[in-house]
Amino acid sequence: MSIWELANPRRFMALSGRILPGLSWAAGLSIGIALVWGFFFTPDDYQQGSTVKILFIHVPTAFIAINAWLMMLVASLIWLIRRHHVSALAARAAAPVGAVMTVAALMTGAIWGQPMWGTWWEWDPRLTSFLILFIFYLGYIALWQAVEDPDKAADLTSVLCLVGSVFALLSRYAVLFWNQGLHQGASLSIKQEDNVADVFFYPLVLSITGFVLLFVALVLLRTRTEIRLRRVRALMLREAR
Amino acid sequence: MAGLKKKRRIQLIVIGAVLLAAATALVGYGFRDGIELFKSPTQIAEAMPEEGDRFRLGGLVKEGSWERGDVHRFTITDMNEDFPVQFAGIVPDLFREGQGTIVTGSIEGGIFVATEVLAKHDEAYMPKEVADALKEQGVFQPADG
Repeated sequence: MSIWELANPRRFMALSGRILPGLSWAAGLSIGIALVWGFFFTPDDYQQGSTVKILFIHVPTAFIAINAWLMMLVASLIWLIRRHHVSALAARAAAPVGAVMTVAALMTGAIWGQPMWGTWWEWDPRLTSFLILFIFYLGYIALWQAVEDPDKAADLTSVLCLVGSVFALLSRYAVLFWNQGLHQGASLSIKQEDNVADVFFYPLVLSITGFVLLFVALVLLRTRTEIRLRRVRALMLREAR
Repeated sequence: MAGLKKKRRIQLIVIGAVLLAAATALVGYGFRDGIELFKSPTQIAEAMPEEGDRFRLGGLVKEGSWERGDVHRFTITDMNEDFPVQFAGIVPDLFREGQGTIVTGSIEGGIFVATEVLAKHDEAYMPKEVADALKEQGVFQPADG
């Protein structure tokens, strides 16, 4: 089956309806296990004591916040180039989920920063671009609401998504461009050796997996809602005639 | 967008993306000094800020330089240049010798008088037992923030 068959709303509804329950259970289970494992069955960090355990929420939410925008970027480009409505609706559906994850990452980051760094907030390049990303999420959601014509709204928000990607990428890679920030480097990278110790690493990976599953499940669910809303609107227009 | 051919749309997106990348690079390059959160001791040695100018100074707390008290005195080093700092207040939990720090304040009489002290840490999270064992074996590499 080609992925483009999902551009057909009926096919999309059938497939997403079938995988959604399993996906939701898998998401709930992995997040539950990862958090219990992370909070209660990992040792304290040699520098930070038990405060390090906020890692198991902060890293996955920040990960989703950034990657949700990149997923929206891909969906927007598919809309702009191939004009598949399901793709535009998937991007629209992902925005509030990404925005909530951004808030969660900002809040856990502040709570973590206060005892460790000594400040709730600092205008560090990485923190700043992440805050701008949050504002882009709000603007993106607002722009969808503001434009009446659905196709035009999809076009405009796609362009906004393209622009916002700068900040999604910056909040991940700012550490590389401006070495002199307050925020430490990425917790996860391909070469794992000089990074997080294994006892923290495995529950963290499970937690990230759980949040990815949760994100996919929520986006599918919300995309289904958007498709149904479109159908209802089309039916009402036909009725009115 | 709707009235355009697919090929034209792709061309427009590519042109837009290239312009956007160029704009980002230019802004990043233009503001490179402003985007840096702090200056290192080497940077202030090269271009000494005016006395009384507020800025941030960052580096490692030099081993053996920290005098505790109501007014903390320590030296910030980047292994190349040093700068003396004094701070009246409470330092964060993670503040210690050999650890990364960022202080905000200004130079007064050749000493950096800080009004705020932040502690930096790195992404090497490690259980306490492991760090102790590594220290015993003498292979522990302290975080350089």
